[in-house]
Amino acid sequence: MNAARTNAARTATTHAGESSSYDGPVLELENIGKSYGNVHALRGVNITVRQGEVTCVLGDNGAGKSTLIKIVAGLHEYSEGTMKLRGIVRQFGSPRVAQAFGIATVYQDLALAPLMSVWRNFFLANELRKGPFLDIPTMKRICAEELTKMGIVIPDLDRAVGSLSGGQRQVVAIARAIYFGARVIILDEPTAALGVKQSGVVLKYIAKARDAGLGVIFITHNPHHAYLVGNHFVVLKLGHVALDAHRDELTLEQLTAEMAGGQELAELSHELRSVHPEKVVLPHDAPGGIEAPELDPNELAGMEDV
Amino acid sequence: MTTVTATPTDDRVATRSATATIMGRPEVGALIGAVAVAALFLLVAPAFRSVGNIGTILYGSSTIGIMAVAVALLMIGGEFDLSAGVAVTTSGLAAAHLAWFFSLNVWVGIVFALALSLGVGAFNGWLLHVTGLPSFLVTLGTFFVLQGVNLALTRVVAGGVSSNSLNDLDGFASAKAVFASSFQLGSVEIKVPIIFWAALTVIGGIVLLRTHYGSWIFSAGGDSAAARAVGVPVTGTKIALFMGVGFCAWLLGMHNLFNYNNVQSGAGVGNEFIYIISAVIGGCLLTGGYGSVVGATVGSLIFGMTQLGIFYAGWDPDWFKTFLGVMLIAATLVNLYVKRKADAR
Repeated sequence: MNAARTNAARTATTHAGESSSYDGPVLELENIGKSYGNVHALRGVNITVRQGEVTCVLGDNGAGKSTLIKIVAGLHEYSEGTMKLRGIVRQFGSPRVAQAFGIATVYQDLALAPLMSVWRNFFLANELRKGPFLDIPTMKRICAEELTKMGIVIPDLDRAVGSLSGGQRQVVAIARAIYFGARVIILDEPTAALGVKQSGVVLKYIAKARDAGLGVIFITHNPHHAYLVGNHFVVLKLGHVALDAHRDELTLEQLTAEMAGGQELAELSHELRSVHPEKVVLPHDAPGGIEAPELDPNELAGMEDV
Repeated sequence: MTTVTATPTDDRVATRSATATIMGRPEVGALIGAVAVAALFLLVAPAFRSVGNIGTILYGSSTIGIMAVAVALLMIGGEFDLSAGVAVTTSGLAAAHLAWFFSLNVWVGIVFALALSLGVGAFNGWLLHVTGLPSFLVTLGTFFVLQGVNLALTRVVAGGVSSNSLNDLDGFASAKAVFASSFQLGSVEIKVPIIFWAALTVIGGIVLLRTHYGSWIFSAGGDSAAARAVGVPVTGTKIALFMGVGFCAWLLGMHNLFNYNNVQSGAGVGNEFIYIISAVIGGCLLTGGYGSVVGATVGSLIFGMTQLGIFYAGWDPDWFKTFLGVMLIAATLVNLYVKRKADAR
């Protein structure tokens, strides 16, 4: 693709004990568990990620999705089970190590430094150098090209990332991961903050990354987005794998039902019937005095996970 | 690819004008302030206009600027060092006491002081990392520890409040030549710290804006969690920045030692704020992630000019601190105003 990309790929293949002819799954999580004190955020999670496939991880708030990707991205260490990268058991001590193994991540909070320029953020920790100095013209050119490919044009790449719109920031973070991900890219809720059109662009990019032979982990709570690009679906619920199915074994309706908890959704639509969406009332002009909706104990328990 | 051709240029965002880009630089506020201060004293203090006094003004500025450069880099990296002022004294005392007590070549003391200063910096950074406490607190602790050690050890070793003279030790002449000599440039006397200051400004500026370490510093200060998540070695960067402050404290400490032949054990207290103020006047944000090395250097120059300008103008030097306070707030407001104007395009 280009110099930096092949560089990243090269560093990724030079780690000890790896053979270049490995053709099994790039990433295998076996019985992975993670506890924070006495809170078990993840328990006995098995996930297999293959290169050239999109693995979608779905789940409600508090299901353990973020913990899972933080383990793969090297931010957290797992406390139980094993994680194998290309067949070799690994525990990434830091995100830098995970990146050296070819794993790039788009975090939900995007991990961009707001006061830094767009191009500095794009190449942060992967700076191109000419001798000891930064190769600024090349970095700006590549950054502009990659962002244009993603459908946004930022005329001044010296602008601070903090002055961009939410969608533009999202695209910068995604473009960066796609550019630097050598084997696996992880996208944590990449479409959550985006409009319809930009969500479409991101989904196309996920497909492109798959076609380029990367293993994509796509985390979302939107089953419609997941079903558009996913090869494999894993639904997490309260730290457990609730569903692990290939696309062939599943319809969108089943996925949505599983994701929403099937029966729970039916109950919800039944309860919400009483809110009368067509109703219009007189304006409210005194502060306060709004009644809390009636929640049953199950719903309250769900809110505490958030 | 279809998305490329289908993307219309976003006409809501106009390219920024050249003026806005220049005004958006962090050091602009300091430059305006420097011009204003220079104009004021050129007007009211006749001696300020003498070319020969440029050397004196630059020298006064350099004793602040050497430290301000390192402190600015540290602040851009998101941390404070309140021990920076006494660290200068500690370094000078360490060299003086060791060399005098054992009658060693002064260069042994100098190397020991360098190791100690870098060690104190590394310790600050390490303590910050393991405790997770704010650097304000950690270095406040170091500040008091060093202050106490300076006074107590000087009492033990030299029996007073200042280190003994190193005049007759081996290597004194060469050390004085390196750290405290001067030369004539036309009618201007250039003392060696001015060269150190200029060199540090150039090196610091290049590191910050033209090397990948600069990006790491900006990101460590701007959002350390984000920087770590994308693979920046944040802890290492911060420890290196604290060690940079240590190095500069050593450089200035050695100058003070060989310039005056001894070091007062109570010196340096309060100077940490002058370094921080210089950096802030130069455009560094207290919250980190933004700032300029050149700005800090201009901030030090403002201090040097003010210090001597008040003297040359015949004003009561007691007003100096008051003037500093006014300058600090004025400069910060100018910075804020300029930044807002530039951001608003």
